Amino acid sequence: MENTDSRHVISVILENESGALSRVAGLFSARGYNIESLTVAPTTDPSVSRMTIVTSGSNEVVAQITKQLNKLIDVITLVDLTDGSHIERELLLIKLNRNSQAKHDKIEGLVREYGARFLDTSDGTHIVELTGSGSALDAFLDKVDKSVIIELVRTGASGIGKGSRVLSY
Amino acid sequence: MELSTAFTKSLTGAEMIPKSLSDEGVQFVFGYPGGAVLPIYDELEKQDKVKHILVRHEQAAIHAADAYARSTHNVGVALVTSGPGVTNAITGIATAYMDSVPMVIITGQVPTHAIGQDAFQEVDTVGITRPCVKHNFLVKNVDDISVTIKKAFHIASTGRPGPVVVDIPKDITTVKGKYFYPKSVSIRSYDNLKNKIVDGNLIEEIVMLLRQAKKPVIYTGGGVIFSNAHEELKSLVSKLGYPCTNTLMGLGGFPGTDPLFLGMLGMHGTYEANMAMQECDVLLAVGARFDDRVIGNPKHFFREDRKIIHIDIDPSSISKRVQVDLPVVGDVKEILIRINKKLQTISNVVEHPDSVEKWWKKIEGWKNRDCLSYDRDSKIIKPQMVIEKLYELTANEEEVFVTSDVGQHQMWAAQFYKFDKPRRWINSGGLGTMGVGLPYGLGVQLAHPDSTVLCVTGEASIQMCIQELSTAKQYRLPIKIINLNNRYMGMVRQWQEFFHENRYAESYMDALPDFVKLAESYGHVGLKVEKPSDIEGAIREALSQKQRLVFLDFITDQTENVYPMVPGGKGLSEMILV
Ligand SMILES: Cc1cc2nc3c(=O)[nH]c(=O)nc-3n(C[C@H](O)[C@H](O)[C@H](O)COP(=O)(O)OP(=O)(O)OC[C@H]3O[C@@H](n4cnc5c(N)ncnc54)[C@H](O)[C@@H]3O)c2cc1C
Ligand SMILES: Cc1ncc(C[n+]2csc(CCOP(=O)(O)OP(=O)(O)O)c2C)c(N)n1
Ligand SMILES: [Mg+2]
Repeated sequence: MENTDSRHVISVILENESGALSRVAGLFSARGYNIESLTVAPTTDPSVSRMTIVTSGSNEVVAQITKQLNKLIDVITLVDLTDGSHIERELLLIKLNRNSQAKHDKIEGLVREYGARFLDTSDGTHIVELTGSGSALDAFLDKVDKSVIIELVRTGASGIGKGSRVLSY
Repeated sequence: MELSTAFTKSLTGAEMIPKSLSDEGVQFVFGYPGGAVLPIYDELEKQDKVKHILVRHEQAAIHAADAYARSTHNVGVALVTSGPGVTNAITGIATAYMDSVPMVIITGQVPTHAIGQDAFQEVDTVGITRPCVKHNFLVKNVDDISVTIKKAFHIASTGRPGPVVVDIPKDITTVKGKYFYPKSVSIRSYDNLKNKIVDGNLIEEIVMLLRQAKKPVIYTGGGVIFSNAHEELKSLVSKLGYPCTNTLMGLGGFPGTDPLFLGMLGMHGTYEANMAMQECDVLLAVGARFDDRVIGNPKHFFREDRKIIHIDIDPSSISKRVQVDLPVVGDVKEILIRINKKLQTISNVVEHPDSVEKWWKKIEGWKNRDCLSYDRDSKIIKPQMVIEKLYELTANEEEVFVTSDVGQHQMWAAQFYKFDKPRRWINSGGLGTMGVGLPYGLGVQLAHPDSTVLCVTGEASIQMCIQELSTAKQYRLPIKIINLNNRYMGMVRQWQEFFHENRYAESYMDALPDFVKLAESYGHVGLKVEKPSDIEGAIREALSQKQRLVFLDFITDQTENVYPMVPGGKGLSEMILV
């Protein structure tokens, strides 16, 4: 019954209580589960937060992860988005040096190709924003000339089910 | 929650706490005072509905409340101060958590404005207890005190039980607020998991599988006891005539003297229970969690041709260590009632009576191995004999409770004392906390003042909470302490003998106190017993001292080991036998 690790995106609705986030984070570290990324923010209902957790593990481990999450008193409901069709998006903010015109032209091309945006130009730098799947962000970053990157920041993935797949509570 | 003002009263936070507890029907609160909880103690002093029991160390407060809960089916309650009060309580809380004991622990906290300032006696109680509680709360508003306490009781006592901490900053206890103690609370993120009715088809499937079994075993644990399902279990097992085994936490869930009982299973379980568990074709697991001390190595335990039905209220207990074929999430009692009802409508319940008879023959063969035998003619006291005599001399009493510490003595108590009723065997299984025995005795004796309470311990364990002899004196708790004194951390010595080539690193208990004098100095009775022929007389003497705590110090064989033993990482059928 060997089975290999696969990537799972779990969407969680939890009470918007102080400490709820540390309960989730504590659960992952205490039980030795992988955590690739975790994003969380309130929704239109201020009493709850919606969290997206990207994790990986065997089917047995992922089944335990969802059961253990469900067991947390603050968790209202959850779904493993990877069980069906869904959309995931991450945000990349990257600060680039624009001293070299040639290099800048190349960046402009990439920004257009990937549907990214320039957000700020100051002190000889550009800030570019790109939203997309993790792999799209990876592909974009692969093409950016490393010598112009000053700093970058990525959020983890946020996920939502397609069509009638709704995480209601 | 909307509260009509007609039902609310204005009280100080401190006043609300004993009031909430008495409205909840709490009888005892075990605790220890300190700065952050002084206003609460002041209010406890002014009322007489909730009785406070002053222990000598916060760890013991939690253990005593835990044992009160285990022996009564009520929620145990403890109260400790901030900082060191909380850190001292942690061992007790973790112990209760591992064994799923319903408890509410109220902890004092530094004033709200001082939180995060490294204030005197400040610890992050919510943070430090988080991994060992079912849930915890920090109350920030006086108006929330009573509802939070109600929620704590609700969470502690429903579903899979567990300890809940309510942390209350001191400033909240000195201001006035609205008091209203609700009859019930609902917590949307919690209650939605309950009340999922098990599908009727699943019950049919369980019944079918049970009936078709040729080599069945019914394996039950602590869940039967929490669920008060011992009677339903007894009817089921009797109706089927199948062998039944219990985990350490499940002892008493099925009568220990019943001919269908195979004894405890697991690391120190009986040969017959472990062999049957390994070789069965249909396994019904009831409120038991396939612990590593129960099934040994899961790879070795796995059998293609064995079907497993697992009833547990906590989905995360199911298919955690062992994949099961029929997962059943729900309360043991409710599900057993439905299975029994279904079985009642069937005339020939067992479809393969011949095979089951053959299976029993095989089990009899394993039983004949007499795996618990020991040298009954020994000139030195054998610890097993002490427990056997203890059982003989108390078996006829209506209400006997046995608490235990952790080590070899615990295993001998589990193997040789036969528990016919649930909640009579009180010990630490999951965390294996040395030191619980005596405080467990306090909690049990307070809950059952007229019962005989026996505390089976070892000379190492008893010293971890020995100070509680003083609490026992203050409240006149006539516990009978059975100290199996082998001058060793015997369980450690046993592992060193088996796995570390007899190098007894730091397991000899040097400089032991004279336990008789120690007991006497606390105002109790002490007796030292050195000869096998004196065992019976000493126990009789202790039992006759109805009003006194008696400390029986049995000087036992230092070399005795607990058998059978499944070494760590080995399979269930790979036992070391005597
Ligand atoms: C020195 C030492 C040696 C040990 N050796 C052994 C040994 O040989 N054999 C042995 O068995 N243990 C042994 N243990 C104990 C072991 O570590 C475990 O604590 C124990 O086996 C767990 O028992 P359990 O499976 O009954 O689970 P428990 O910890 O009692 O858990 C109860 C289970 O029931 C479920 N439950 C609770 N309420 C309900 C309900 N209302 N309805 C349905 N389900 C419910 C819970 O979700 C949980 O899964 C030893 C411990 C020590 C310290
Ligand atoms: C608090 C704690 N520390 C350490 C251990 C490890 N341990 C398990 S059994 C044991 C020895 C117990 O000795 P004793 O109480 O004399 O009992 P015996 O095994 O000799 O019967 C030890 C140290 C433990 N279970 N709990
Ligand atoms: Mg000892």
